[in-house]
Amino acid sequence: MIALLMRDLRLAFRAGGGFGLGLAFFLIVTVLVPFSVGPQSQLLTTIAPGILWLGALLACLLSLDRLLALDWEDGSLDLLATAPLPLESIVSVKALAHWLTTGLPLVLAAPLLGVLLNLAPPGYVWVVISLALGTPALSVIGTFGAALTVGLKRGGLLLSLLVLPLYVPTLIFGAEVARRGAQGMEVTTPLLMLAGITAGVIALLPFASAAVLRVNLR
Amino acid sequence: MGSMSLWEYANPKKFLTTSERILPFFWAAAAVCLVVGLIWGFFFTPDDFRQGSTVKIIYLHVPSAMMAINIWVMMLVTSLIWIVRRHHVSALAARAAAPIGIVMTLIALATGAIWGQPMWGTWWAWDPRLTSFLILFLFYLGYVALWEAIENPDTAADLTSVLCLVGSVFAILSRYAVLFWNQGLHQGASLSLDKEENVADVFYYPLLVCIAGFVFLFIALVLYRTGTEIRARRIRALATRTRAQA
Repeated sequence: MIALLMRDLRLAFRAGGGFGLGLAFFLIVTVLVPFSVGPQSQLLTTIAPGILWLGALLACLLSLDRLLALDWEDGSLDLLATAPLPLESIVSVKALAHWLTTGLPLVLAAPLLGVLLNLAPPGYVWVVISLALGTPALSVIGTFGAALTVGLKRGGLLLSLLVLPLYVPTLIFGAEVARRGAQGMEVTTPLLMLAGITAGVIALLPFASAAVLRVNLR
Repeated sequence: MGSMSLWEYANPKKFLTTSERILPFFWAAAAVCLVVGLIWGFFFTPDDFRQGSTVKIIYLHVPSAMMAINIWVMMLVTSLIWIVRRHHVSALAARAAAPIGIVMTLIALATGAIWGQPMWGTWWAWDPRLTSFLILFLFYLGYVALWEAIENPDTAADLTSVLCLVGSVFAILSRYAVLFWNQGLHQGASLSLDKEENVADVFYYPLLVCIAGFVFLFIALVLYRTGTEIRARRIRALATRTRAQA
C-alpha cells in the first residue's frame, strides 16, 4: 500500500500539471471573485468563507478525472486489480494520494487567499480546520465518482454532474463551520457533523468505489 | 416458490403479457381519477379565505411532490432487487421510472413557484423543502445521465444501482444538512410549508383523488416504459444476431 501511495505521489509530482493545477485554479477563482462582485471589503468579508470553500471544492473536482483515468488507460489499473491488495485498499490509497496532492495544498493555501478576500481575523483558523476536516471527504467521494465514470470516453462532465450533488452535505457543514467561525459564533455542531461525514465516507464509501470499479473492470 | 410468487414477473415474457393485460385498467383509472379529482378540485371547492383561488394548485403540487420522492424510493427498491437477484425487469423498471421522477420534481418545483409568487411574493426562496427538491432534481439528472452514458446494459444497471444506493444516503444527509443550514441562516423562518396540517376536508377529498390519479398514472407509465425497454433490448439482440449471421 505504501509502495502504491509513493508511486501515485511520484507520478503526481513528476508528471507535471496535476499537482500545481488545483492550487492555481483555486488562486484564480479567488482572484476572480472580487472582479465579479466588486471590491467592497465589507462584502468580501461576508462571503470570504463561502468563496474559499467553493473554490477548494471546485479545485478538488478539477483533478478528479485524472484520479483513475490515467491508470485505466495504460492498463495499470487491471494489474492493480489482480494484485493481492484488495481493491477497497487500492481506492482508499488513491483517495489518500489525491488528498495529499490536491486537498492538503488547498488547506495550506487557504489562509493566504483569505487575505485577498479580507477574511475576518477569527476566520483564518476555522477555514483551515474546516477545510482540513472536509477535503478528505471530498477526495473520497470524488474517488467514487471517478470509479463510476472511469470506463467512459467523455466522462469528465458526467463526473461533475454525479459528484457535485454528493458534495452538498460536506459543503454545507464545512462552509457553515468557516462562516460561523469567521463571525465568532459557536461552531461545535457543524464541526461535529463535518467530522462525522468525513469519518463515515472514509469508512464506507471505498466499498462502493471498489464495487463499481470491479464492474467497470469486468 | 409458490405459483403466485411475485418473482414470476422477473421473466420478461411473463411481465409483458401480464402488464399488457392490466395496463388498460391503470390508464383508465388514472384518467378517471385525474379528471374527477382536478375538476372537483378546481371548480367545486370554495376559495380559501386567505389564499383565494391559488390554493387550488395543491391538486397538482402535493401529488407531484409525493411522487417525486416515492419514485426515488421505488428506484432504490428495484435497484436493490437488481443487485441481489439480478432480475433484468427490475433494473429496467428503475430506468423507466427515473425520467418520470424528473418530470414530477419539475412539476412540483414549477407549481410551487407559481403558488409562491402571489403568496410569498417570490418565485423562489431557499427554504429547506424547496432546496431539498432542487437537490433531488440534481440526483435524478445524474442518475439518468449515467444510464444514458453507458453502452453495456448490464454494466449500466450495476453502476446506476450503486449510484442509487449511495445517492439515497447522500440525499437524506443533504435533507438534514439543508434543514440545519437554513435554520443557521434565518432563525425562525416565517414561511411555513406544513400545508397538510391545515388542509380542510373540502380540499382533502379531491386531493386524495388526485393523488390516486397520479399513482395510477405513474404505474401505467412505468409498466408501459418498462415494456418498451424490454422490446428495445430484444430488437437490439435480434439485430446483433442477424449481423453475426450475415
